[in-house]
Amino acid sequence: MSSHSESIIREPLITGKNITYAQITNDVLFPVENKPNKAWWIGFIVASIGAMVWLFSISWTFWYGIGEWGLNKTVGWAWDITGFVWWVGIGHAGTLISAVLLLFRQNWRNSINRSAEAMTIFAVICAATYIFGHMGRTWLAYWTLPLPNQYGSLWVNWNSALMMDVFAISTYFSVSLIFWYTGLLPDIAAIRDRAKGLRRRIYSICSFGWTGSVKTWQRFETASLILAGISTPLVLSVHTIVSFDFATSLEPGWHTTIFPPYFVAGAIFSGFAMVQTLLLIARKVLGLENYITMFHIESMNKIIILTGSIVGVAYITEFFIAWYSGVEYEQYAFINRSTGPYWWAYWSMMTCNVITPQLFWFRKIRLSIPASWVLSIIVNIGMWFERFVIIVTSLHRDYLPSSWVMFYPTWVDVGIFVGSIGLFFTMFLLFIRVLPSVAIAEVKLLLKTSSEQAKLKLIKEGHLDPEQVEFYKESLQKFDSVELADYDKV
Amino acid sequence: MILGLFDDPDEMMHGIEKLQKNSVPIYDVYTPMPIHGIEDKLGIKESRLGYAAFCFGCLGGSVIFSIVYYTLVHDWPMNVGGKPHFAMPNFVPFTFEWTILWTAFGMVFTFFFASHLFPGRAPRVMDLRATDDRFVIAIDAKGNIPHDDITKILQDAGAVEVKHNDRKYVSYE
Repeated sequence: MSSHSESIIREPLITGKNITYAQITNDVLFPVENKPNKAWWIGFIVASIGAMVWLFSISWTFWYGIGEWGLNKTVGWAWDITGFVWWVGIGHAGTLISAVLLLFRQNWRNSINRSAEAMTIFAVICAATYIFGHMGRTWLAYWTLPLPNQYGSLWVNWNSALMMDVFAISTYFSVSLIFWYTGLLPDIAAIRDRAKGLRRRIYSICSFGWTGSVKTWQRFETASLILAGISTPLVLSVHTIVSFDFATSLEPGWHTTIFPPYFVAGAIFSGFAMVQTLLLIARKVLGLENYITMFHIESMNKIIILTGSIVGVAYITEFFIAWYSGVEYEQYAFINRSTGPYWWAYWSMMTCNVITPQLFWFRKIRLSIPASWVLSIIVNIGMWFERFVIIVTSLHRDYLPSSWVMFYPTWVDVGIFVGSIGLFFTMFLLFIRVLPSVAIAEVKLLLKTSSEQAKLKLIKEGHLDPEQVEFYKESLQKFDSVELADYDKV
Repeated sequence: MILGLFDDPDEMMHGIEKLQKNSVPIYDVYTPMPIHGIEDKLGIKESRLGYAAFCFGCLGGSVIFSIVYYTLVHDWPMNVGGKPHFAMPNFVPFTFEWTILWTAFGMVFTFFFASHLFPGRAPRVMDLRATDDRFVIAIDAKGNIPHDDITKILQDAGAVEVKHNDRKYVSYE
């Protein structure tokens, strides 16, 4: 029942006074229905310049081949796979928010799941560019599919982890896309019913004729729950399989059983950092302070500190196991990582991923928007270095000292990487212009139970444990969108 | 078509109760968000999408397992270091991924098919605010008389507005 009120000691998920259902629609659709402001245009211009750089560099790669990259015969994977793993990892937070938190009935996900899922899709698109790019002959990408061919019936090698990756990433992308789009239908219908003319026609086509009848909603909720149920093991499997690309090889530094859980934790870690980077800005620019509250920000920071600590433990375990294995090549790989010519990459990774996120233990830092934003970017830098360290430092000194080299990226490597960030932001900025960045229907669901106004009404009605009310009022201190004066009298 | 427009989901639920007490059949209810508990009240059976999802999942897993088996074991067995051709652990990731893929697509397309959702379908909307802030109970005007009584029941239950539409839908096209 929608009138069922939740415990007073839980923080409100929607703040502000006099929020109505119509108000939620208006607030969320404001950027969709109005001309963009200056901040959006500046962001969009910068991002699309980045996307142009990406387009140019990737076209250059397709035209001249991957000889244009800084790869050499010792280091055969470098910025390409680093970028791929980095982007796929970032995508993981979206699925985690939309699926895992739904299964755990974490209602605070309702206001951030839409943009996090969008982020997943755009991040996987960026990751895909590296997959296709590093193939060299992109037009032969279909060779990864088990198609009958002219070489008799020589099939793909199903024993290869790379083949598993093809299936994992393509499934991940398409399931995320369909999950996201199904969730969008009621909100697209909301835009449609307010729009006029051509806009109405376009949104009408995209809404699939959604009406919001009882049976449709019932099926919608069933489908969402099942999609969440299957996406949860899916998201864990994807980064597990990405880690197989390394773990199933015989390369010292890669050949470890810790890789799957370690990669998954790292993925969630970097993904939440990227969600934080995006939402702290989106919240301000789009004026969504009442829906994405300090509680949301703090919760995400807590997840960052948890996953960051798991990653830290994994780094130390890896080191320990290298020593404990007694394999001198394995030991050398790790000594070389931390003290060899790439020591700076290793220590950047350690600092950004293990040390600085620990600052979130301080409540003040956890609740500071600028600090959270800066730390979220540091985490993303650190996670990029993690993949770089795993890939390049394990490869650059192989068994034959005469072939030891360093990896130097060319402008094409840099262009593709920096450009892919531009591509990502271009897609995200376009998304917030044409589609609702917050799941309208899901937030409406919270209005009568978990909003600040509903809780204030409960307090005014009395019948509550005064101790719990005091506790609740104290928890409101951290919100930047709550008028604390309202609580002086009650 | 008689439409009772409510601005509060609980009042709308109250309206449904009242109509049912007076034996007025409800055509359908349109809401901007899912209303929990409404299915029981309207006597709507639980969704069977879960069965569809399960079947599609089994199908997807079987299909890819068969493909891998056919190519790797039957059609062109490869000798990789003398290891067995039927290396089942290697089949697991593919089987798993396609089980998920087919479950997701099979179930969602079943949902779209059953609810008549497809790109370009003319939305059969009864009131434009039903996706915004109005909770709409629709009653077929034909055969349900007197209309004034129904209007009164809805108003008593707290409807902010009662509409009598000549056409069934306010469709766009």
